[in-house]
Amino acid sequence: MTIEPPLLTVRGLQVAYGTPVAPVPVVHGVSFDLGREKVAVVGESGSGKTTVGRALLRLLPRQARIDAEQLTFDGIDLRHARESDMEALRGRRLSMIMQDPKYSLNPVMSIGRQIGEAVQRGGQVSRAECAERVEALLARVHIREPRRVAGQYPHEVSGGMGQRVMIAMMLAQRPQLLIADEPTSALDVSVRQEVLALLDELVAEQGLALLFISHDLHLVRNFCDRVLVMYAGRIVETLAAADLAQARHPYTRGLMASLPSLRHRRAVLPVLQRDAAWSAA
Amino acid sequence: MTTSTLPFGAWQAWRAEAASTARKLLANPLTAVGVAIIAVLLAVALFAPWIATHAPLRQDLAAALQPPGAAHWLGTDEFGRDVFSRLVHGTRITLFIVTLVTVVVGPLGMAVGVVSGYFGGRVDMLCMRVADIFLSFPSLVLALAFVAALGPGLDHAVLAIALTAWPAIARLARAEALTLRQSDFIVAAQLQGASHLRVLCRHLAPLCLPSVLVRLTMNMASVVLTAAGLGFLGLGAQPPLPEWGSMISEGRRYMLDSWWTVAAPGAAILAVSMAFNLLGDGLNDALDPRQAS
Amino acid sequence: MKARWMRGGVSAALALLGLLLLTFMIGRVMPLDPVLAIVGPDADRATYEQVHHQLGLDRPLWVQFGRYLGDLAQGDLGHALLTGRPVTEDLARVLPATVELATLAILLGALLGVPLGVWAASHHKRLPDHLARVLGLLGHSTPVFWFGMMGLLVFYAWLGWAGGIGRIGLGYEGTIPRVTGLMLVDTLLAGDMAAFRSALRHLLLPACVLGLHSMAYLSRMTRSFMLAQLSQEYITTARVKGLSRRRVVWGHAFLNIRVQLLTILALAYGGLLEGAVLVETVFGWPGFGSYLTSSLLLGDMNAVMGSVLVIGLLFVALNLTADALYRVFDPRARA
Repeated sequence: MTIEPPLLTVRGLQVAYGTPVAPVPVVHGVSFDLGREKVAVVGESGSGKTTVGRALLRLLPRQARIDAEQLTFDGIDLRHARESDMEALRGRRLSMIMQDPKYSLNPVMSIGRQIGEAVQRGGQVSRAECAERVEALLARVHIREPRRVAGQYPHEVSGGMGQRVMIAMMLAQRPQLLIADEPTSALDVSVRQEVLALLDELVAEQGLALLFISHDLHLVRNFCDRVLVMYAGRIVETLAAADLAQARHPYTRGLMASLPSLRHRRAVLPVLQRDAAWSAA
Repeated sequence: MTTSTLPFGAWQAWRAEAASTARKLLANPLTAVGVAIIAVLLAVALFAPWIATHAPLRQDLAAALQPPGAAHWLGTDEFGRDVFSRLVHGTRITLFIVTLVTVVVGPLGMAVGVVSGYFGGRVDMLCMRVADIFLSFPSLVLALAFVAALGPGLDHAVLAIALTAWPAIARLARAEALTLRQSDFIVAAQLQGASHLRVLCRHLAPLCLPSVLVRLTMNMASVVLTAAGLGFLGLGAQPPLPEWGSMISEGRRYMLDSWWTVAAPGAAILAVSMAFNLLGDGLNDALDPRQAS
Repeated sequence: MKARWMRGGVSAALALLGLLLLTFMIGRVMPLDPVLAIVGPDADRATYEQVHHQLGLDRPLWVQFGRYLGDLAQGDLGHALLTGRPVTEDLARVLPATVELATLAILLGALLGVPLGVWAASHHKRLPDHLARVLGLLGHSTPVFWFGMMGLLVFYAWLGWAGGIGRIGLGYEGTIPRVTGLMLVDTLLAGDMAAFRSALRHLLLPACVLGLHSMAYLSRMTRSFMLAQLSQEYITTARVKGLSRRRVVWGHAFLNIRVQLLTILALAYGGLLEGAVLVETVFGWPGFGSYLTSSLLLGDMNAVMGSVLVIGLLFVALNLTADALYRVFDPRARA
């Protein structure tokens, strides 16, 4: 339990596309708090979990309409913030790491330059000092030979390394809140644990609030403190990660039941039976 | 929930798709403008003798180079011919050129392209090499060369333009055919014993048709411009035919004092070319599956 | 790498050969008789036969073509009918005029068209986008020769801002020693500022007119490229970093289209030739376009073949340049 007030408070978040007359809601009635903890948002494709993350940073397409009863970050009301205010917040206080470094890093810019951009935002620094800081950041994410990597291009590094670069870049400005949008989904299984361990380390070191978006229930079970389960744009259950085995909502229970296990022999994995009632909560 | 009646067969499905495309087309204001201009063009061409105020070839030297006024809405040229009437009759020539070129280039380009893409190998290489040679010239220069070789005249101009326009269509059809020839339904048809001709005509060609049609429409604009250019250089329709390009060429000498002899036909070319461009653009947007608005 | 260059070179050479062959064939189909053009209609049969033999027209077609290729290898393009001078000399005289015109045209087209395209893409589906589209469409649909004539009418006849027909004012005609063939350069080298201004005034209008089509094409393509980039993930990353909108558009998205832009710039330069033919006619510009047109109309086969060769070489060079630039600007292509 967090003692201090939550960093992020969300009440009744709604994101809809389409026209005001005929809206198509993608996220509906989402409410949660986020303090200096690791909270997972879990759901299948189309559940709206990525939309929630992007809505917080106001990075959705122009056609999306975002409404909320309350959307407060560290005392700042994000609902009516202007684009210039959001620009000031992004990177410096709120940040996000994305899924696939193959696509989320600029292919024609060197790694050092891309991280350097984040560094430069903190104020003008000389080129030498910027390079030094970039190298320090790369070393912090356990990249050996940081100087060499800084001169490389994204297509020249592996997926795991690219994701470390992404983490280094997004934490360069020392934000308070980090959204991780499926950060390990594009990585080889063997590399996943390393990246997760790195995230764990940095979150603890910098006292970050982490919103971890994923479709992998098993992964978040061991990694996060709390879990928000989303289905069809709504949060159907909120519980501590340790309590997942005792989940009450049938969707969560169904998800848990579908997980294969190394310890127990299962001849047939049960198929989740969906109930229309879950999307009308 | 909307209820939809499922189409019974291919013809119904095609008709429904065509109707929805037409609706999407007209929903875009720019495209609607283009369609309107073309409709006007067609109407004027059809009813030219009734719309024109004077006979287009009739000379009246006493009334030469009159500015636009009540008697002559767009003035007269150096032979006293009514510019407006010549403009109106010129729509027929323009339409003639555009239609003829499209009718020649469409089937020819598609045939070459589809055959080339379907059979591949040497046939493909040969066809594409030939197409490349044609494509490596800007179309006006090539058309110029052909007309110079064949001699000036409207028919030769049409032929020349057609000869420069087919490679682009062929390339497009070939690209589509290349993608589609591996498809399962093609293989299925072949396994059922369909001859190559049958596969090409009944299966492959209809699928390449939409993108070819869009390209042809967009092409029409450049056909109008090329034809006008040839006419301007004296290689298209020969005087006294009221072709817009040659009207500009004739009016050039008196342009500084009698600007209407040049301004009017040029504006007409601009309007028609623009209309075809708008239509082609609109078709492209409407038929492009990725650009769902 | 070398193998690629060699294959490209062979392919280009074959294309050129095919081009020459095609032109040669067209030339033989022409109704204009080159012999008559030389000896005149009143010459007697003997003279006709003599010239016919001299020109090699009595040999089989493939022999004629072979002879032409042989001469070509030695740098001899034959003599032009119109001027009686070697075609190479004629080409050296007319090419700089067109190069000057085309270069300024493409610069203007790019300086206007590319930012327009970027602007349109970053305000997708809003007013700037529609405006840019309409402008581009107008530019694309305007008959360039008519636009030139209207330009002359308005800016020369009515407003007196631009110079008229020709490359330089009549008063300076022939007074500038020819060094490069580029009038702007030559007037500067001669130190004649008044002549330079006159040359500039005469160059601006046709360059603007010629650049119109390029501007429309470039703005359309830039918009299309930028739209494709702006929907990419790395753009979101840049925005998450908190970079300003301008920085994201120009510092990230635009960086990724540089290569494609250079490619289409090269292509657009080649496409200017089409417009040049018409613009040079309207403005009385003694360049390559006019030369080509008059040679075609005259049936001057040597001049035509020479011109075709130049066009072919130009396109090959442009393609190779675009290819090379690709390698320079895209780190992924260097692998």
